[in-house]
This record gives sequence, C-alpha cells and structure tokens, in this order.
Amino acid sequence: MIDDTTVRHVARLARLRLDDAEEQVMREELSGILEHIDAIRAMDLDGVPPTTHVIELENVLRADEPRQGLSQEDALREARAVVDGSFEVPRMD
Amino acid sequence: MGLRDLSATEQIGELAAGRVSSLELVEAHLDAIARDDVEAFLAVDAEGARARAREIDALPERPPLGGIPLGVKDALSTRDIVTTSGSKMLEGFRPVYTATCVARLEQAGAVVVGKTNMDEFAMGSSTENSAYKNTFNPWDHARVPGGSSGGSAAAVSAREVPWSLGSDTGGSIRQPAALCGIVGMKPTYGAISRYGLIAFASSLDQVGPFARTVADAALLLQHMVGRDPMDSTSLEWPTPIEVPVATDLAGLRIGVVEELMGEGIDPGVKAAVEAALVKAEALGATIVPVSLPTALSGLATYYVLAPAECSANLSRFDGIRYGPSAEADNLLDQYEVTRGRLFGPEVKRRIMLGTFALASGYYDQYYGRAQRVRTLIVREFAQAFEGVDVLASPTSPTVAFPIGDRTADPYAMYLADVCTIPASLAGLPAISIPCGLSDGLPVGLQLAGPAFSENCLLDAAHALEQVIAFDTCPPGLAT
Repeated sequence: MIDDTTVRHVARLARLRLDDAEEQVMREELSGILEHIDAIRAMDLDGVPPTTHVIELENVLRADEPRQGLSQEDALREARAVVDGSFEVPRMD
Repeated sequence: MGLRDLSATEQIGELAAGRVSSLELVEAHLDAIARDDVEAFLAVDAEGARARAREIDALPERPPLGGIPLGVKDALSTRDIVTTSGSKMLEGFRPVYTATCVARLEQAGAVVVGKTNMDEFAMGSSTENSAYKNTFNPWDHARVPGGSSGGSAAAVSAREVPWSLGSDTGGSIRQPAALCGIVGMKPTYGAISRYGLIAFASSLDQVGPFARTVADAALLLQHMVGRDPMDSTSLEWPTPIEVPVATDLAGLRIGVVEELMGEGIDPGVKAAVEAALVKAEALGATIVPVSLPTALSGLATYYVLAPAECSANLSRFDGIRYGPSAEADNLLDQYEVTRGRLFGPEVKRRIMLGTFALASGYYDQYYGRAQRVRTLIVREFAQAFEGVDVLASPTSPTVAFPIGDRTADPYAMYLADVCTIPASLAGLPAISIPCGLSDGLPVGLQLAGPAFSENCLLDAAHALEQVIAFDTCPPGLAT
C-alpha cells in the first residue's frame, strides 16, 4: 500500500504537480498495480545476478575527433524563450 | 484491385516495370489519408511527399524501395515534420534531425507521407492514451487497433500506406499488428538504431516494421538494420536480412509456450493458434511443448523496469528547450506545473510508479528484484532454444477489445501485453502474423527466436503465411 505522504514525496521527486483529486486517484491506482507487482517480491532470487544489457557489447567507443554537432540556431529553435543565444528560465529560488 | 491493394513489393514491381509513377502511388495513398476513416494519422506531409516522389521519378535509376509511401510512428523524429509522440508535451514540436532508421529508408527510396497516432510516449496497448484522438480498428471501428503503435497498424490494415514503422517496448508493434490482422516484427535489441526514437524504456525500445506480408516486413527491415555511430547499443549486423522464400518448414522445431496457451487466453485465440500449428506440422515442422516457468512473471517485471526507465527518460521534458510550457515565477514551479499539466494520466502513472521503484528504500525490493527476474527469463529462453528453433504463442491473449473497455483499469490494459513482454525482456526477435479470425476479428500468431535469428523467423513466418492464406483486407474496406 502507498499512503498520501509517499504519493506526495514521489510526485515531488518526479517534478509532477498533482492536485488533490489526482493524488487520491494516483494512490489508489498505484496501490492496485503494486499488488500485482508484489509477486516478484516473493520469488526466490538468491544468487541470481541482475540483467542490465541483454546483448553484451564491449568498449563501444568512437574515435575522439571533433565533428559538427547541432548548430546553435537548431538547438534554440524550439525553445520557449531565448535570450542572447541562451535558453531563458525563471528564477531558481 | 486498386493501387492501394498492392503489397509494397508489388508496388515496387509496378514502378520498376514503368506501369505507374511514384507520384501516382503517393497520390493514391494521400487520397485515402485525406479521408483517414480510421483516424490513423496525426500529421500528413502531402507537399513534402509529392516533392520527394517527383524527385525519385526523375532519377535515372530507381532506388531499391522505388518511391513508395511509408507511414512513420510519431515517436520517431522527422526533421521539420511535427513530432509529438502522442503527447501535449510536444505539441507543435519540429525536430531538428531525422531518426537514423527513417533516414536510411528515405535514402533507399521510401517516401514519408505522415506521422501516425500512438499512445502518449508509447505507453499503452490501445492508442486510447494518445493526447489527440482515438484510432479505430479497421475491422470494427468500435474497437481499438491495439497499441502503442496503433496508428501505424491501422494505416497499413486500412491500406492508407503499404507499410509503416512502429516501436516496440513490451509489444507495441506485435500486439497492434495482431489486432489489425497484419504483420509486425520487433527485431533483436540493437538491430535498428534508436537515434531519433523518442525514448520510453531504453533497455527495451526497438523500432520495427508493419506490413501486409512477411516479405514486405523483411524488405523494410533489410534497409534499417546495422550499426549507427549515434546509438552505442546498435549492432554490427552479422548477416544481411534476406527476403524470405521458404515454402516448407522441414526440420524446424517449434516450441509451444505452455504458460502462454493456458488461463487468460481467449478460447477463440487459442483455437486459431492451434490451427496454425497444425498447418506448420503439415509443412514439416516438429511441434513440442515448452515451458518458460517465469514467463508470466514477465508482466510484473516489465511494469517495474519500463516505468523506472521512463521516469528517467521523461525527465528531459521540462518545457525549457522544446515544447509548450506553463508560466511560473520560479524554475521548480515551472517544471512541476508544466509536467503536471501536459503529461496525460497514464504517463504520470508510469513516471510515479518508476520513480517509486527507484526511490531510496524501495530500489532493492522493486527495481533490483525486477532486474534479477529478467535474468531468469533470459536464461529460460536460452535453455528453451537448446531444444527448439522458434517459440510459438498467441501474440495477444484476446482479439481487439471495444474502445473504452479497459481505460478505467490500468492493470487490465497491461494484461494485453502478457504474451509479448517476455521476448522484450530477453531482447529477442519476434514476429506476429495473422493466423485466422475469432468472432470475425484477427488473431495473431507470435514466433520468437534467439538473438539474430531474424532470417529463420522470417522464413518460418513466410512459409506459414502462404498456407494460412489470411485475407488482410478488412470487411467493407473500399479501395
């Protein structure tokens, strides 16, 4: 079960502003989904290593040579606000 | 028979014989897209497609894909063509580059006609999570086309394009292909570059083709696979993808996954799959039961790993560098309000679930354990492939369900992917082909193989396709 405090904590971590009604629905739905997911907490996994990559690759590196990246014009093209060739953001307090 | 009834291979043949031009083919499909009876498209680039078709028609030699139309899932970036991934978070977004797989197909002579509808950020199994509209199943407009690549599947089924691209994280190509009665393939993880694919769960995401024949799917795949310096998980492809010609299955050992043929599988789906297996046996295949004991735990495993990865991947959507944003007095408010308003309910649910599974105090219980269950699933597949060449199962436990039927219950929706998720977790190639009807709706047969076994899977699927002889034309479709 997930309680209201956990929902608010996780929403803050995820940078999601939820209203009160959304918080309540989220608590109920996440609790419901976790009941199913909890099946994996009962499995015997002793000595089983985690999988992070299904196809093993080693040392995928490219030559360290300068090359053309995105132009400044392209990089800023879709931004909501641009000042002096930079992304503009509100205060950070 | 109209031009739109021709398979991609047949359209390329007509072009090569000089009986039709690329522009005529593009116009015929644009006409259908303009009506778009199944609401498959989010954006159409009619002028761009016409211009490209004219260019190709003027070339001294036709490129291998001839100049025939292609539909592209809206999760794939296309320079200057609005790309939303089905989300309000990217409303009006015009990418500054084109996904490698799309660029490779364009290079080979495919003409992108538009972007197809999808569940927001590819999260869903019915396309009902699109922030823009529902797409209808061409076989019954009151039913879903499946998802998340539902627009791409419906567009091919309704003959608005001969083929299209989708992306598959837990079944998002195979399941809609099954529900729309067409062919869909998810290749080996890393076969196709993910550069330009808007990321959902990076350890699972793969691009793949939709088509009405296995040969067409193979042809599209052929031009996409291989290493891309822009995606470090993309693979040097060991042997070229061949267009399949097999007519029998002599010597092929097919394992039937017992866990995916039991409880929860609709009787009509099971019957159609069993009938296809009888045909496979008649073609010379050996059919044996195989057990993947952890397969059914795949769903729970997936719904920890995929949300965890999505919660990290979707952190980039902050309203600063692209897409719309809320106005706020300080940066944190702007992040939170933008994301709270512009992500839809399912995306928020998964970000929350994933953030929870990765949070301090829960990481080991959820994310860590899910990674270990994933190992068991990988091992069980490897063990199964010591005794058989391919594994067969239904693609979807049910046929297409009515629009609205599962939207109130997230877990009921998640169950739609129970048969496709195991191969996703193991990074294995799998193809869905239509194998019959149940209550007048298409049923998909899934064949999965070891990593890099694409040619074997395509051969098997092609040989079976010939004897199943499924009519991919939905009833009442006017072409």
